[in-house]
Amino acid sequence: MSFLNVLREYENFDFEGYFKNVTDEMIISSINKKVLDKFDFLNLLCPKAKNHLEMMAQKAHKITVANFGYTINLYLPIYVSNYCSSDCLYCGFSKKNKIHRKKLSLEEVGIEAKEIAKTGIKSILFLTGESRKVTPLEYLCDVTKILKKHFSFVSIEVFPMSQEDYEVLFKAGVDGLTVYQEVYDKKIYKSVHVSGEKSNFEYRLDTPQRGAKAGFRSLNIGTLFGLGNISKEAFFSGLHARYLSYKYLECELGLSLPRINDAEGDFKPNTILDDVTFVQIMCAYRLFLPRVDINISTREDAKFRDNLLGICATKFSAGSKTEVGGYTKAKTEPQFEISDKRDSEEVIQRIQNLGYEPVYKNWESI
Amino acid sequence: MLKIGDKEFSSRLLSGTGKFRDKNDIKKMLEKSGSQIITIALRRVNLENPQDNVLNYIPKHITLLPNTSGARNADEAVRIANIAREAGCGDFIKIEVIHDAKYLMPDNEETIKATRILAKDGFTVLPYIMPDIVTCKKLEDAGASVVMPLGSPIGSNAGLQTKSILEMIIENSNIPVIIDAGIGLPSQAASAMEIGADAVLINTAIATASNPALAGEAFSWAIKAGRIAYLSKLQEQSQYANASSPLTGFLNL
Ligand code: SF4
Repeated sequence: MSFLNVLREYENFDFEGYFKNVTDEMIISSINKKVLDKFDFLNLLCPKAKNHLEMMAQKAHKITVANFGYTINLYLPIYVSNYCSSDCLYCGFSKKNKIHRKKLSLEEVGIEAKEIAKTGIKSILFLTGESRKVTPLEYLCDVTKILKKHFSFVSIEVFPMSQEDYEVLFKAGVDGLTVYQEVYDKKIYKSVHVSGEKSNFEYRLDTPQRGAKAGFRSLNIGTLFGLGNISKEAFFSGLHARYLSYKYLECELGLSLPRINDAEGDFKPNTILDDVTFVQIMCAYRLFLPRVDINISTREDAKFRDNLLGICATKFSAGSKTEVGGYTKAKTEPQFEISDKRDSEEVIQRIQNLGYEPVYKNWESI
Repeated sequence: MLKIGDKEFSSRLLSGTGKFRDKNDIKKMLEKSGSQIITIALRRVNLENPQDNVLNYIPKHITLLPNTSGARNADEAVRIANIAREAGCGDFIKIEVIHDAKYLMPDNEETIKATRILAKDGFTVLPYIMPDIVTCKKLEDAGASVVMPLGSPIGSNAGLQTKSILEMIIENSNIPVIIDAGIGLPSQAASAMEIGADAVLINTAIATASNPALAGEAFSWAIKAGRIAYLSKLQEQSQYANASSPLTGFLNL
C-alpha cells in the first residue's frame, strides 16, 4: 500500500465543482467538529472559507495551546553540499545553474557545527543537493556523527533513499527525515523535475514511508507552493500527513508550507500563495491534524512569522543560513533567499516577548 | 501523607514543567500550589545552557520526577531513565512509553517491561498507563511504586472520562493511584480525589492558564477538598438510605 493509491482516488475528482457547492453553514460546521474528516478539511480549504478565517484561527490557536502549550521548537539548517545531479526548474542548486559548487569537508562540518551550536539550539537539519555520487551514504553517516557531538536531534533533507540506507543513517544517529513531495500533481511534477533521479514521482512519494519503517522519530513533509493548484496541493499534503499518521503511529509528523520566492535562475511560479491563503491553509492543517508540527522557516519574513506564532506554528528556524558554509565563511549562492534575516538571538528574544517559550532542546541522544 | 517509595509528601498535587509561557512562572506556581513533586521531560533538560535548563527554575526542596517522554519502547525508556539519573535528577522516574504520536496513548505492555527493569535497578517507578486493572496488577508485581492511569487523553481537559475503570483500579490497588492527564478543571481534580485517588498530576491546565500560580492554587484547594470528602466517606452515603416507602418494612426489623 502506498499513498499513491489514495492520490489515485482523486484523479477524476472535480474540486472546482465541489467548492461551488460548499456553503457557509458547511464551513462553520466543519470548523466546529472535534474530529474532521477529509471533506471537512476540503471545506476549510475552499476559497469561501476565507470568510471564516478568524474563527479558524481562534480554534487553531486553542488546539495548539492544548497540545503544545505556549512553546516553539527551534532548529537550524546546515547546508553541507550544493552539488546536484537533478534539474529542478525552481531551484538554485539545479545542475544547469552555473554556481560555485562546494561540499564541506568533515573538518569544515565540525567548524560550522561548533559555530551553530553557539546559538544554544540543539536541533539541526542537514541538507545537501541531490547527488549520490558527491555525497554518498558514508559521507552522510560521517556528517551525522560529527553533528551528534554538538546537537541532540539531527534530521536530514537529502536525496530519497532505500529503507536499508535509512536504517544505516538511523543507526548513525539520524532522528528525523524531511522530504517534500514539492508537487502532488504528477503532470506538473514531471514538467518541473526535468531530469535526474528526482524526476521519479512515485519513488519520492513513498520516501517518508521508507523513513518511518527505518525507525526515524519524526517525518516532515509538504508541498512547495507555487507549482500546482494551491487548494489541491494543500489538500494532498494534509491527506499524506494523515495517511502516514495512521500507518506509523509512533512517528511525529510535521508539515511545512514553503512557497517559491526568488531563487537563482528565473523560474516563474505557476501559482502564487498569498498571505491570506497561507494562513487559511495553516489553520486548516491544524484543525485537520491537531498534533502535527507546523514548521515555519525563514523563507517567511519576520513580521509574518511573529504573527503566525500566535496562531498555530510550533517550529521555527532562527538565524538560518542557506549557503554551504554559511555560518562561517559563505562563498556560495543560497538555495533560496531568506526573508527573515534576524539572527537567532533576536528571534528568540522576540518569541519571549510574544509570551512564548523558545525550546532549544527537545530531544536527548539516547 | 502520600507515600511514594521511601518519601512522604503532604501535598497530593503533582505538577509539570511543560507548556509554560515562561519558565519563571514555574517557581511561583510551586509556591502557590504547594506541589512538592514536579515532572520534567528529560528530553528538555539542557545541562549545557543554564538559562534554558529547567532544573535551575525548580527550588531544591522539590522532588524531581523526570519522565521518559519520547520513548517508543521499553528499551528507550530504560535508556532515558538512566540518563536522567546520571544527570542528577534522582531516582524517581515516570515511565511514559508512547507508541501513538497522535493521541499520546501509553503502551502498557512496554511500560510493564520497563518498570520491571528499572525497579530492579533501584528506581522509584511511577508508570503512566491506560487504565486497566490487569496492567495495574502486573505493575505491582513488577515493582512499581504507584500506578498513574490517565483520566482522559493528554491535554484534552476532558476530566475523568475513564471514571468507572479508575474506581475499580482504586478499589483493587495495593499501591497509590495517581490520576494523570486530562484533568482540566479543579472540580475534575476534586472528583478524582473523591473517588479515592491518592493524588493527581496536573500539567497542561496549570501551565496554559493565564495565571499559572493562581490556577495551581485553585487545584491545590480542590484536591484538598476532594481528599477530605473521600475521608469523610461522603461518597458512600447511600442515596437509598431514606427511601420514603420502605421495601423491608414488613419484616418488622
Ligand atoms: S530541488 Fe533538490 S534535487 Fe532539485 S535541483 Fe534543487 S537541490 Fe537538486
